[in-house]
Amino acid sequence: MSKLSLITRGIIKDNPTFVLVLGMCPTLATTVSAVNGMEMGLATMFVLILSNIVISLIAPVVPDKVHIPVYIVVIATFVTVLQLIMQAYLPSVYATLGLFIPLIVVNCIVLGRAEAFANKNGVLDSALDGIGIGLGFTISLTVIGLVREILGSGAIFGWKFIQGDAILAFILAPGAFIVLGYLMALFNKYIKK
Amino acid sequence: MALCLTAVCLICSAVLGGVYGLTKAPIDAAAQKALTESISAVLPEGGELSQSNASELEGVDEYYVLSENGSPKAYAVKSSTNGFGGTLTIMVGVLADGTVYNTSVLAHSETPGLGAKCAEADSDFRTQFQNFNGHLAVKKDGGDIDAITASTITSRAFTKAVEQAVKLVKSIPTTNSEEETSNE
Repeated sequence: MSKLSLITRGIIKDNPTFVLVLGMCPTLATTVSAVNGMEMGLATMFVLILSNIVISLIAPVVPDKVHIPVYIVVIATFVTVLQLIMQAYLPSVYATLGLFIPLIVVNCIVLGRAEAFANKNGVLDSALDGIGIGLGFTISLTVIGLVREILGSGAIFGWKFIQGDAILAFILAPGAFIVLGYLMALFNKYIKK
Repeated sequence: MALCLTAVCLICSAVLGGVYGLTKAPIDAAAQKALTESISAVLPEGGELSQSNASELEGVDEYYVLSENGSPKAYAVKSSTNGFGGTLTIMVGVLADGTVYNTSVLAHSETPGLGAKCAEADSDFRTQFQNFNGHLAVKKDGGDIDAITASTITSRAFTKAVEQAVKLVKSIPTTNSEEETSNE
């Protein structure tokens, strides 16, 4: 498989949100606005790339019986590192995403890629896979966030184009499910083919 | 097998320890900066700010006194209540006569798009607290505060937090005037 297709595969054919349907908790919870969705996607991508690299390096020496605990420890370490860095240098981002950062540890995308890809492939391929899947996740979350923001608060990337309230339901939990469902259907019909 | 797991855990905890050490100072600085900014946002300019004072009043964690020429001019009170989604913590600036000067949200977990509007400093809900000296309760409860549409619980919680702060400030002057008379 070519290097480029490793990246595009994560965005289209194996899109984590619309095709693999993984990591639904942060997808539904953080996409109240496009910026929030994008920040969550980038945070997950950071963890995904680093954990893929490290796991592809240590996989050959880790005994089968303990590979899950080892991977979880590695992932949890990177998530905590990310959390500390965000708290220190991006306190405003941490204030909006705070609760969902520790949840990246149990995000099935990260462990899923470790199990399905990184422990069987080389460092470079694993890093590219992390970038691809991470980008796919980021783009999906940004699009969901954008749709919910337009319908729910009448704004695009924080810029309000209508005064007052829009359709509030789209900001709340039901809107997350409705938008996700429609986007998933459209994605599978027109983009994935 | 056990050796491998132990080794991985040791390396990871070493990495975490290192990152914690490196980020501790910036994290404390960021928290301190947020606190200082919220205090200066809710108080009038000028005067000298005191150190943090502990408070006995329920819901009020601490307060700061802004003095000018030796007499207290205003107070910045950190007040918490239960909002709709969790604890709502705000900084309230109260003038010595009990008038609310301004408010600032420190932490909240209200519903995005609804209750979270209480964190937007320029919203109608928030601007009505500036120089407010009326009955601190939402209109539904017979007060003078316009609640945020569809967020009565958040509005009530916010108003209660402000009320707690005013209550604290009103309880302070008596002790201060006693001190003054004893000094004289």
